[in-house]
Amino acid sequence: MTEEIIIAGFGGQGILSMGKILAYSGVIQDQEVAWFPSYGPEMRGGTANVTVILSDEKISSPILHQFDTVIILNQQSMTKFESAVKPVGTLLYDPNGIIHHPTRTDITILRIEAARLCVEMGNAMTFNMIVLGAFLKAKPVVKLENVKKGLEKSLPERYHKLIPLNLEALEIGQRNLEVVHTANAL
Amino acid sequence: MGELRLMKGNEVIAEAAIRCGCDGYFGYPITPQSEVMETLMTLRPWETTGMVVLQAESEIASIHMVYGGAGAGKRVMTSSSSPGISLMAEGISYLAGSELPCVIVNVQRGGPGLGTIQPSQADYNQATKGGGHGDYSLLVLAPASVQEMHDFVILGFELAFKYRNPVMILADGVIGQMMEKVTLIEQRPRWTNEQIQALSGGWATTGKTADRKKHVITSLEMDALMMEKYNLRLQAKYLQMKQDEVRYEVIDCDDAEYILVAFGSAARICQKTVQIARAKGVKVGLIRPITLFPFPDKIIAHYASNVKCFISVEFNAGQMVYDIRLAVNGVTRVEYFGRMGGVVPTPDEVEDALNQYF
Repeated sequence: MTEEIIIAGFGGQGILSMGKILAYSGVIQDQEVAWFPSYGPEMRGGTANVTVILSDEKISSPILHQFDTVIILNQQSMTKFESAVKPVGTLLYDPNGIIHHPTRTDITILRIEAARLCVEMGNAMTFNMIVLGAFLKAKPVVKLENVKKGLEKSLPERYHKLIPLNLEALEIGQRNLEVVHTANAL
Repeated sequence: MGELRLMKGNEVIAEAAIRCGCDGYFGYPITPQSEVMETLMTLRPWETTGMVVLQAESEIASIHMVYGGAGAGKRVMTSSSSPGISLMAEGISYLAGSELPCVIVNVQRGGPGLGTIQPSQADYNQATKGGGHGDYSLLVLAPASVQEMHDFVILGFELAFKYRNPVMILADGVIGQMMEKVTLIEQRPRWTNEQIQALSGGWATTGKTADRKKHVITSLEMDALMMEKYNLRLQAKYLQMKQDEVRYEVIDCDDAEYILVAFGSAARICQKTVQIARAKGVKVGLIRPITLFPFPDKIIAHYASNVKCFISVEFNAGQMVYDIRLAVNGVTRVEYFGRMGGVVPTPDEVEDALNQYF
């Protein structure tokens, strides 16, 4: 198994930490992992993306031009990365703020209204975990119990009290994944 | 077996330094390697191993603090990124001239000038051909993974003391910022003063006692003939490195008609290109120089008569390509492909470049 993922959106959406939790979960599941961020000098508001690769084999390049799954969380990233999904790959996006929705028919397109759901949960900080939950529903590349352990590993001790909230967000993400379009098998 | 962690390349530099018993780190922050000092400051090794961590007032100050520490026989290091390394160039020449061991990490970013904070390999010539003044060479190690960032700190100190020569770890922003699994060594003790006196074999300035001659650390010699003799000794040392310290990795080259040559993260990208192209039936291989000085010219020459073309893949305007041409010496074609100024090529871009030479 090799799953090549890019998560792209704004700085401040928790994109890098979502990737980190996924990578930690992979380590706990004894997978090879690579996490490679790309972001500008701004802490918040600029575009940010992170490549995460989980594999049973040694990973070659952390820099990729095509991905099995592309997770898109703003319009700029939609413009940039819709074409980067491999044929029959998966595009998962949050429609919040999206003007030009994805149009490709050779890929599976999924939606998660994470921006709305996290407001309903009363905590905007859970946004990225809702997205992660939805991703793992579509692609169960790591077990949820390993994500929990991943959270414990990647969060500083002082934030461990927030783990139950994060797990709840993961579940909400899992329950609210919508299928927009299913790619035809090759 | 050591401890398994998921870490950034930059963080691992700090962990490896502490664990291998480094005595001192002197640096000045610059993106994309600021996590080195950040991690050291978080881990507070001065409370455990006694390692000194000091943020100097500038890169120039930090390299001269390294000079001082190294002169005392201590295992000391610094890290920076391209513009900071340029500031250190004078000090690096003095370290090489005074034959002082140390480890210098360059997590390269795009240049010239202030450039960009994105990854680059444009300091290849600076690292391997001098950078500072005078006829000197650094031992240059090019890590291609987070594990190698760890391993080369340890290897770097070994080689630095073996040859009494500065060692440069020439990384780039990709390896520095990337997280991968890494196995960390167990904590090793720092050398005691007695060990330093024994190991440094009569050169370190450990404090003159009545029963020994004074040790002088200098690169100054006013007598030209003496200076030439001293240069000849340095050159003999570099020749020894060329004979004994060449390191490289060869992937899928035995039946290859085309060989990509790349170091550091460019080699990782090329590995993927090799996988993609091999799946399409193209006979392509990869040679990854691990030591950039000494350069693995013999292995390149070994394959030269079998291949139609070598392609040097670099994040610069084509610097290593000249070393490959020297190694190949006209036997076959040597071309270059790369991106510059902080842009990193993708595996398919490298494949397209490869296709041009069929």
